[in-house]
Amino acid sequence: MRRKGSAFQGLGVVTLKELSDHLVSARMRVLEWLVVLTALAAVYGAIQQIRAVTAEDPFLFLRLFTTARDPLPSFVSFLGFLVPLMAIGLGFDSVNGEHSRRTLSRILSQPIYRDALLFGKFLAGLGVLTISLVCLWLLVVGLGLLMLGVPPGGEEIARALLFLLVTVVYAGVWLALAMLFSVTFRSAATAALVTLGMWLFLSVIWPSLAPAIAQALVSPDNEATLVVTAQMLARLSPATLFGECVLALLDPTTRTLGPVYLSQLEGAVMGAPLPLWDSVMVAWPQIVGMVAASILLFVGGYVTFQRQEVRA
Amino acid sequence: MTGTVIEAEGLTKRYGAAYAVNSATFSVAAGEIFGLLGPNGAGKTTTILMLLGLSEISAGKARIFGHDPMREPLAVKRLVGYLPDSVGFYDNLSAADNLHYTGRLMRLDGAERRNRIAEALERVGLREVANKKVATFSRGMRQRLGLAEIVMKDARVAILDEPTSGLDPQASVELLALIRSLKKQGFSVLLSSHLLDRVQSVCDRVALFSAGRIVLMGTVAELGREVLGGGFAVEVEVEGGEEIASRLAGLPGVRSVEEPGAGRFRIVCDRDLRAEAAAAVVAASGRLKQLSLDQPSLENIYTRYFQNAPEEKHAA
Repeated sequence: MRRKGSAFQGLGVVTLKELSDHLVSARMRVLEWLVVLTALAAVYGAIQQIRAVTAEDPFLFLRLFTTARDPLPSFVSFLGFLVPLMAIGLGFDSVNGEHSRRTLSRILSQPIYRDALLFGKFLAGLGVLTISLVCLWLLVVGLGLLMLGVPPGGEEIARALLFLLVTVVYAGVWLALAMLFSVTFRSAATAALVTLGMWLFLSVIWPSLAPAIAQALVSPDNEATLVVTAQMLARLSPATLFGECVLALLDPTTRTLGPVYLSQLEGAVMGAPLPLWDSVMVAWPQIVGMVAASILLFVGGYVTFQRQEVRA
Repeated sequence: MTGTVIEAEGLTKRYGAAYAVNSATFSVAAGEIFGLLGPNGAGKTTTILMLLGLSEISAGKARIFGHDPMREPLAVKRLVGYLPDSVGFYDNLSAADNLHYTGRLMRLDGAERRNRIAEALERVGLREVANKKVATFSRGMRQRLGLAEIVMKDARVAILDEPTSGLDPQASVELLALIRSLKKQGFSVLLSSHLLDRVQSVCDRVALFSAGRIVLMGTVAELGREVLGGGFAVEVEVEGGEEIASRLAGLPGVRSVEEPGAGRFRIVCDRDLRAEAAAAVVAASGRLKQLSLDQPSLENIYTRYFQNAPEEKHAA
């Protein structure tokens, strides 16, 4: 049975409303400050470090993102940790919040489909995350220009932009996860706790658990299989995927993200940077993986939402 | 003012083996206020959600202005204004901004939307607080804001789910007056409620729900005839007099006379026998203290019906 009318009717209205809700909310303000302050601290640390130890480096500018200085982690590890927090903060009560405010049935009795509501909320969340990340990125690049005094090259900018794009995709994964739980659980508090639990599990526990599981599955004699299995398992976590993407994009000397085989070293000059496109190719499976994960999670939330009863 | 607005035929909602609504058949004519009545959990809200296309129909069919809510939900939702049970608004937005959001969803453009919102808020008496945040609103004000949304939508039919539940008497009287004024404006209204006497005052026709089934349907007077055995009930209170009961029973058109208390008589009769009863009492040299005609009330009908058919009640 086909329904008549576009599933996207009202999408723009919902998106704009959610966007403005997010932008004026106190929650957003707190998240922004949290991310900006920690990121700036990391970048400042990186700049001090680069100034102190720099040698000739053709990609000096990219070091801004990746260099860590004790006790602070690098900018990218900060993002890897805080972007999910921000995405979860924006998404955890998106649908169940409408339930508990009892606005859902009133909104859905307007001439729109549920699709528009859910998709609009996702787009608005992603929009807010993109705006924040672009601002953050510009802030970091500006700070780097001022304090390092070295203008970035074209390739460096291209890599930095790709890194920005990948970060947005990464944020999308967590936003989709948060929205899935906001559809599944009627209570916003439960949804928030479960999503935060997933975040801690996937970003902190899973990477160290994966090798242990691999050891249980694969006999220790077969070392290569063991390593590959552990890596494959670890890649189930979006945090791992994001880390690998960033490594390939921001460190041009990265030739592969898996174990290095002899065939890959043929004719290679150790430590020589890869061209931009080759770096993208190295990170491609991870990028696709993250896009696929966010689509899957969103579809999960979508299907659940479509089947859900509207009444409270 | 002719034609059918809402038509439900054998409307059924199943959850597994349990029936939430079991083949409900009814229709609402244009310009009519139709009440869905019944205890909580009898299937009223489910019926409404099915009519709006917000809940899947397990069997049967529903038509709203000839549109199928399952296949053309957008067309249905354009024509229908819905006020959910204890309606919610975005607390951080003002009353007008809340309406602006739904107005945009209805695809009303700028100038027209502003005009309609101003008009609708005026209509429900919320003009002074149009720019106040909804967080400060009382329940009655929210309910009226919900009606304003329907007025703004210029819907052809308003579906109101428990519009007066949780309101204080004053607020619910005001709300019912608003609902009546909607009818004057040409709206058809479908409302559900478990507050029987409130609803009685506004509904043209009612359907009584019990355990997912419609057990009675018609005007309140019709239901009264059907359930209360029809006729009129005249109550007489007398002091003194002789053989009042037999004299009253002797009046033409009297079916029965009960004496619930000393000097109090309840006459069930075919027509309004107040004058004759009074004359009979006086003729028996009794002093007439009180004389009243019992209107069939939904409350009575309801209690009486479930007394007579207790097995229906426990069928769920």
